[in-house]
Amino acid sequence: MSENLNSTWTADEMMTIAAARTLKDGNTCFVGIGIPSTAAILAKSMQAPNLFLIYESGTVNTNPQKLPLSIGDGELANHALTVVGMPEIFNYWLQSGRIDVGFLGAAQIDKFANINTTFIGQTYDAPKVRLPGAGGATEIAATCKEVAIIIRQTTRTFVKQVDFITSMGFGEGPGSRAKNRLRGGGPSRVITDLGILEPDPETLELTMTYLHPGVDINQAIENTGWELKVSPNLKTTKAPEQSELEKVRALVSTSDK
Amino acid sequence: MSKFLELPQAIESYVKNGDLIAMEGFTHLIPFAAGHEIIRQKVKDLTAVRLTPDLIYDQMIGAGCIKKLIFSWGGNPGVGSLHRFRDAYQNGWPNKIEIEEHTHAGLTNRYVAGASGIGFAVLKGYSGSDLVDHTKNVSEVKSPFSDEVLTAVAAINPDVTILHAQQADKAGNVMMWGITGVAKEAVFAASKVIVTVEEVVEKFSPKFSSIIIPSNLIDAISVVPNGAWPSYASDFYERDNNQYIAWDEISKERENFSKWLDDEIYSKSATGKK
Repeated sequence: MSENLNSTWTADEMMTIAAARTLKDGNTCFVGIGIPSTAAILAKSMQAPNLFLIYESGTVNTNPQKLPLSIGDGELANHALTVVGMPEIFNYWLQSGRIDVGFLGAAQIDKFANINTTFIGQTYDAPKVRLPGAGGATEIAATCKEVAIIIRQTTRTFVKQVDFITSMGFGEGPGSRAKNRLRGGGPSRVITDLGILEPDPETLELTMTYLHPGVDINQAIENTGWELKVSPNLKTTKAPEQSELEKVRALVSTSDK
Repeated sequence: MSKFLELPQAIESYVKNGDLIAMEGFTHLIPFAAGHEIIRQKVKDLTAVRLTPDLIYDQMIGAGCIKKLIFSWGGNPGVGSLHRFRDAYQNGWPNKIEIEEHTHAGLTNRYVAGASGIGFAVLKGYSGSDLVDHTKNVSEVKSPFSDEVLTAVAAINPDVTILHAQQADKAGNVMMWGITGVAKEAVFAASKVIVTVEEVVEKFSPKFSSIIIPSNLIDAISVVPNGAWPSYASDFYERDNNQYIAWDEISKERENFSKWLDDEIYSKSATGKK
């Protein structure tokens, strides 16, 4: 994690705000718990008040006022338009192709944005660190029109090869998604605490297209476990506005109550 | 038709060693009291299915009730790992457990097939994931109507499904509201159904996003106020998040866990009395 001493915001705040800004008003968004959820709720208080949020627990068009502790938090149900069973969520909403954006976190990611949330180190049967597993992520990554991934950028998370593909990004490159019959568009961006990566239109390899203010490109390179591709048009993310910082802090403080 | 039984009697009547058991409730309405009674009765060799094993199966695994776990997301929600699950799976304590791991979409559809009385369900799932190489009951099937290739998942039909709900009425119907997950599917898929409830009412009044489970789908109802604690029951109590956080410490070492088991389960009755 990077902390810029000159900045007045934390790297996590920048990451959350940058992720929130990418969500379009009126989009339908399938949300994972943690920072993706924080960013999605934040987006509703910023540029996307009509963002239609769906959580796998069955809460449809929910408008939580504080951060949910878990994916099935009562806060999500109490502020939902409706609450439905999980067959409806996975078969009718997700599988049918009605979701614009899937918003996911991960423990590991590779240069083709394949993500791992299953285990780290050694083997599936005798893992060094066992993680929770797929949950809804595999089909979210397969099916949504696009997928955004939010993950802190370090050599532990940005790895040459993920230990397990829980949810496929672009597989081994062009053609992999079609071969695996994945219908969604795949990852459109990866938002980290250092900047934003987007897949190269030709090779589909993740390319650093934005650095957050105060972050040096060498920092991004050093925190990536493969030879990082950098866009020739590398840009700087717009610094957080005071109102954005106030909103993200107010939101995060609700989880302490 | 359902009958009202005390919880120990309901578990004793309908949960047998070696059963395939489903105790559902997605974060909400997790039937903890029933899980604790199963531990107290020292039921063994269960194959236990649940989308999210959560603390309830971590406790039952640590107590030696489970030989196989079927699941799709195995963490302590919002906190971290399930230590008893990991200790059993990786080190065989107190016994080795086998796992069968799915995605939520896949396991949900296994229940749908079971509830529908057919051998398998079709979906588009698991594609591109390494999970298919490590799991059972997932296959491919070609559509008889087109070139479409789909994923098939085998039906799951629990010997017994256990749920917690907010209310029963006097006629033995059950109503639950808020997040209901795969409750309906788990009921229809099962041979026997036990429901613990917060309270019994004369007549149901409509609730937001409620579902009703008619009496003829239920075998036993036990009135167990706070039966979902430390998870939550919408309109009755909130999740006791401190317990979820404390569980991380309680469950990390075998010794602490064994003490918890003695103090909080074995030395208490189903009504919580010592």
